[in-house]
Amino acid sequence: MLVTLNVNGRKHSVDIKPHSYLLDVLRDDLGLMGVKKGCETGNCGVCTILVDDAPILSCGYLAARAEGHKITTIEGVEEKARAIGSFIVDEGADQCGYCTPGLVMATMGLEMENPTPTEDEIRHYLTNNLCRCTGYAGHMRGLKKYFKVVD
Amino acid sequence: MKSSDVYREEIEKFESVRKSINKIDGMSLVTGKPLYTDDLAPKDCLVVKIVRSPHAFAKIKDINTTIAMKIPGVECVLTWKDVPRVIFTRAGQSFPEPSTYDKYLLDEYVRYIGDEVAIVAAIDEETALKAVKAVKVDYEVFEPVLDPETAVGHKSIIHPDSEGYINRVPNGVDCSQNIAAKAHYEYGDIDEVLANSEVIIEDEIQMQAQQQCMMENYKTFTYLDMHGRLVIVSSTQIPFHIRRTVGRAIDMPASKIRVIKPRIGGGFGGKQTGASEYYPAIVTKITGKPARLSYTRVESFNNATSRHNMKVGVTIGATKEGIVKGVKLWALSDQGAYGEHTTTTVGPVCSKVMTMYNKCEAVHFDGLVVYTNKPTAGAFRGFGVTQGTYAVEAGMNKLAHTLNMDPTEIRDLNMCREGEDCLLFNLTTLGEADKPVHKILSCGLHDMVKKGKELINWDEKISGKQVAPNKYRGVGMCIAQQGSGIPKVDSASAEIRFQDDGFFTLLTGAADIGTGSDTILKQVAADAIGVSEDRIEVFSGDTDLTPFDVGAYASSTTYVTGNAIKMAGENLRKELISNVSEFFNVDASEVDFDGDSFFTQDGSQTITLEEFGVKTTYAGFNRIITGTGHFVPQRAAPPYMAGFAEVEVDTETGQVDVLNFVGMFDCGTPINPKLAKIQAEGGIVQGFGLALCEAVHYDSRGRQISENLMEYKIPSRDDMRTNIIVDFVETYDPTGPYGAKSIGEVVINCSVPAIHDAIYNATGVWMSDVELPMTPEKVLMKWMQKENGEQTNGPVPLNK
Repeated sequence: MLVTLNVNGRKHSVDIKPHSYLLDVLRDDLGLMGVKKGCETGNCGVCTILVDDAPILSCGYLAARAEGHKITTIEGVEEKARAIGSFIVDEGADQCGYCTPGLVMATMGLEMENPTPTEDEIRHYLTNNLCRCTGYAGHMRGLKKYFKVVD
Repeated sequence: MKSSDVYREEIEKFESVRKSINKIDGMSLVTGKPLYTDDLAPKDCLVVKIVRSPHAFAKIKDINTTIAMKIPGVECVLTWKDVPRVIFTRAGQSFPEPSTYDKYLLDEYVRYIGDEVAIVAAIDEETALKAVKAVKVDYEVFEPVLDPETAVGHKSIIHPDSEGYINRVPNGVDCSQNIAAKAHYEYGDIDEVLANSEVIIEDEIQMQAQQQCMMENYKTFTYLDMHGRLVIVSSTQIPFHIRRTVGRAIDMPASKIRVIKPRIGGGFGGKQTGASEYYPAIVTKITGKPARLSYTRVESFNNATSRHNMKVGVTIGATKEGIVKGVKLWALSDQGAYGEHTTTTVGPVCSKVMTMYNKCEAVHFDGLVVYTNKPTAGAFRGFGVTQGTYAVEAGMNKLAHTLNMDPTEIRDLNMCREGEDCLLFNLTTLGEADKPVHKILSCGLHDMVKKGKELINWDEKISGKQVAPNKYRGVGMCIAQQGSGIPKVDSASAEIRFQDDGFFTLLTGAADIGTGSDTILKQVAADAIGVSEDRIEVFSGDTDLTPFDVGAYASSTTYVTGNAIKMAGENLRKELISNVSEFFNVDASEVDFDGDSFFTQDGSQTITLEEFGVKTTYAGFNRIITGTGHFVPQRAAPPYMAGFAEVEVDTETGQVDVLNFVGMFDCGTPINPKLAKIQAEGGIVQGFGLALCEAVHYDSRGRQISENLMEYKIPSRDDMRTNIIVDFVETYDPTGPYGAKSIGEVVINCSVPAIHDAIYNATGVWMSDVELPMTPEKVLMKWMQKENGEQTNGPVPLNK
């Protein structure tokens, strides 16, 4: 089936299967490799993108459902990604990096919802974004600085 | 005088080492650039899928691929009759490997649920999956061996056709008994020492087959280059071992294979064993077409390797004053279906734990590794040391409680010190048994325990307290070590090239799997040459272009590769100065270099690196200026950890919360303190998962049911409210690059025993007789047992 997807401000006409997930369409058809694949069951968060400015897991989101919505991947928000990402890199908490694009996108979602979160709010909002390298402490140090959380 | 004091001045001179620079690939990673294997695969790759065994143990009577082959878009369906039959091991180890060659690319036997039956390649994933379902297999099913306790002498022999198997290093394998390997270490007369001990402590632990759960699954794509050579791009820790083992498995010479390691989404040891590489490689060899295999998360759980499930028993003999005289250890290790990393994992239960208690008069260890019809166990951060540390440290804590002593006092009395002898180093290093006893060249343990106690406020918290009717707090501690590469086994080489425009290219076979090794190796190179790290570009992990390196495992990169790079840098500096002196037409002793320019001491001539780069590149003074280095560790250089946990146990629910955790580390000189700290924090939390939530389950047929991130619970951000404090006691190991030792593995070893003892100090519950993790239901069960006076395995304090 032919759908029109609005991705990063551009309209793409894509021939998809009714059961195609947005993750696969973004990677395989549109070449947006910043969307990572980690579990395909909605457990790990590395495929997080924004749909209408809210974070979703693209591995469990049907591409057909995305028609008419505003889809944002990390490729569409380079400047913001660098701004958030630099706080993670400055803490050394990038490590393997595989979870970080999804984490950055979820952080953007948080910021749009709540620009001045507390430490607990940051932690809870981002809890679906698993990381196996850092134990989260480094991420939290960086994100607290990004959101200017005062201890 | 301590090693660190002797060398402090030397270390202070260096510009790059000990500096917390950012990871050089960091911004590319966090902004989602296409850098990982799957991001780079050509679009026209054949998609490879594997037909997997539904039985834990069976023989294939017949495979019918006719229907599958007729599906439009299917390129090939390969069974054991279609692929080379060469025995090999997937284990990534230096040649000759200590792992038994006991696996064929495809075999007529299948030995666990998920074992490879056939390889399908098709134009897309949907077609490949359709073909997988269309392959009809007729099995003769056998009774599987699922319990390691009953493996030896079981009527089912898991490897009945072992005639062609190869043992390059004797490891005690006996397939007729389902014995995968044996290990043994001893010195002194353990029976006599134990018989003469005033106090005997016994304990036994069981650690689960923890899963690495790196965020990036196992992924590989393959293609033929313009010369018809096979290129393997793979998410691996071991590019050079992959070249060798894939070459053997698919019957292709190493000269015809190139392995490229792009950025890797974590490994933790899992990717030290080949997994997704072999199947696309054979498809490309046979079809000539590019192919890719991306493991699903379920395949990553079942078809790579986990930690070894081990039972470890410990008997400690000591005086009433708490002096440990002798330790006897045994281990039963569940290998699963194939013998990848057998003796090498069970040996460290003793060889990298008992070295900390170097004053023991006798040490005795027997390790037994058995085959079972379950997914294979292999390398995982800690590699047997984690299991051994849990047993020995639980035993040492039990000794403390029995003698009414502070656990830190037991450590103070018994743990090793810098400058002391350590006979076990000799016994566990190739060819050193009869050599003069090795000394411990660097060790900060005593300072670490002291500082750790302060940071967690030990003396105030040691007695434990009840903070609510159902909530109890307590602290616990332990010590641990690891290795820094394997002496006389691991090896690394490096090359640094001087380029036009005055920059340097560092070529290293080391595999940065997310640890930041490219970054810290650049720092080592910078100080070895004597230039700013900004002048160095790093290129790593390509078997065609970079010098040999065993890869990222055994905590070897900083120490082993670091030493090779230090040598390369120092050689390059000499080469540069020698060439500049020729250019200046003066003696080399008259040339100075300040990191940016060369000049004669009399000030008459000067040239910048940039200018000299241009001169040596083009006609006039054309030269190739390179420095090479190589390194094989000759002796043990263990990093150390002391871990302190404070927990709160809810005795209504069994929930254990870790409130505070202090990790004290001696990694020699931390080359990059920031990256060392992140490694430490990550390892501690991976250890929390091991201790508290990562449960492994199988059904009665041997199928792993905890095979995805929903069923298998790793710590999430919300779980991690622990205040983690990481601190370093810097020592200087004279054998390490700028005094450095390793950090990557030791970091996981203290979480379990420290939490285990904190639970005891909070509640009096002794958890070691339940298999890890210590989930709420198990803690609650043990609490109720204790409350009913039925706890039989806990410490029994002697009358004061």
